[in-house]
Amino acid sequence: MPASARPAGVVVTAEEMRRALRRMAHEILERNEGADGLVLLGVPTRGVPLAERLATALGEIEGAPTPVGSLDVTLYRDDYARTGPKPLGRTALPVALDGRVVVLVDDVLYTGRTIRAAMDAVIDNGRPAAIQLAVLVDRGHRELPIRADFVGKNLPTAPDEEVRVHVTECDGADEVVLA
Amino acid sequence: MNLTHLLSIHDLARDDVTTILDTAEGMTDLALRPIKKVPVLRGRTVCNLFYEDSTRTRISFELAAKRLSADVLNVSAKGSSVSKGESLKDTALTLQAMGVDAIVIRHWASGAARQLTGWVDAKVLNAGDGSHQHPTQALLDLFTMRQRLGRIEGLRVVVCGDIVHSRVARSLAQALALLGAEVTLVGPPTLLPPHPERWPVTISHDLDGLLGKADVLYLLRVQSERMREQHFPSVREYARIWGVDAQRLARLPEGAIVMHPGPMNRGIEIAADVADLHADVIAAQVTNGIAIRMSCLYLMLGGEA
Repeated sequence: MPASARPAGVVVTAEEMRRALRRMAHEILERNEGADGLVLLGVPTRGVPLAERLATALGEIEGAPTPVGSLDVTLYRDDYARTGPKPLGRTALPVALDGRVVVLVDDVLYTGRTIRAAMDAVIDNGRPAAIQLAVLVDRGHRELPIRADFVGKNLPTAPDEEVRVHVTECDGADEVVLA
Repeated sequence: MNLTHLLSIHDLARDDVTTILDTAEGMTDLALRPIKKVPVLRGRTVCNLFYEDSTRTRISFELAAKRLSADVLNVSAKGSSVSKGESLKDTALTLQAMGVDAIVIRHWASGAARQLTGWVDAKVLNAGDGSHQHPTQALLDLFTMRQRLGRIEGLRVVVCGDIVHSRVARSLAQALALLGAEVTLVGPPTLLPPHPERWPVTISHDLDGLLGKADVLYLLRVQSERMREQHFPSVREYARIWGVDAQRLARLPEGAIVMHPGPMNRGIEIAADVADLHADVIAAQVTNGIAIRMSCLYLMLGGEA
């Protein structure tokens, strides 16, 4: 779809999201020289379906399934004392993490605080060989020394803008909207 | 959800109960990990203030707080200034001055937990007050029923035994009614509540007639320590008429569960072989108690202190 035909605010269409995830899958394979020893962990809510799609893509490319699960970070966040309790998401680890390469998957990378929490949560669950990070959108404005290994789209934003990733599983459509 | 204190099931709305149960669901994963601890309550202090003996409730609250990384103080009436005659108020003011964030209180007097809220800024969790309320026990029982039977709404729950002295029965009946279960209380007339019309329940004196349709048979301990008079002729007679043995158990439908809040009096309200046969559900109640108390502490101690 040409850029002029996009609905207002849509910065990534369904087709572009599909291609970006496909490319990220290839990059993950290139970096790790295959899918052996990988495990993908999505951060709830929208990181989980994105991790599942990456796992499907890896499976199609490599011909063998890659384990995929979810990792809730709510109990590791640093804003509990400020903003109060948030509903807990599910943690489902498909395999033991010891010695594996854990690829964390999230929808938007912003301050980096969620990923800091996720790294602590991973380490409390085992001792992986390495932790890597895949995000659909990197919107900048980091508050911690964290960067993504695999990025679907770099999206320069102002702090008062809102980036919303929609996925069919949660929102009925695939798109990224800037509001 | 904004839970200031947890004093009585009566203070909770249906959605509050569901939130506590759902949050506890997320806490159960932790028990399966090698590192059973998360940092969320780091820097908070929880005081267990126990004026009555307790094994499982105190340990359960202590483990719950520790798994959330809170610091835990245990104060029991024995071995503290309480035995020198210090009043509840003065003990409370001492804890207040030391800056605790939450007080878990068990007390022999009904209403003690609510009274405490007037003297301290800390969040108060009632771990049993007299024969009044024991909300976390009711919540963990609901959690166990939902886990084992898949739902709470529409369940037929028979609560049998010493109802009148039981804070567990009072909290449980209110919580079950709130979530749409049907509760029947059964036991000797002397141990049933004097004003059953104030309870959201049906009353019966025919245990055997109820068993065929029960989803849950909930047995209560005969609380001799709270009895000031004779409520039944003899323990043997109680066991024969109200105790659950293998023969009674056979009347329960397939898939029904037997629950007991502990501590059990084997051979009185529950025969030893029945206790052993249903040990897994009774053990699940204990395990789930930790998750429920983690859930309550987590939901209560967030936000600006």
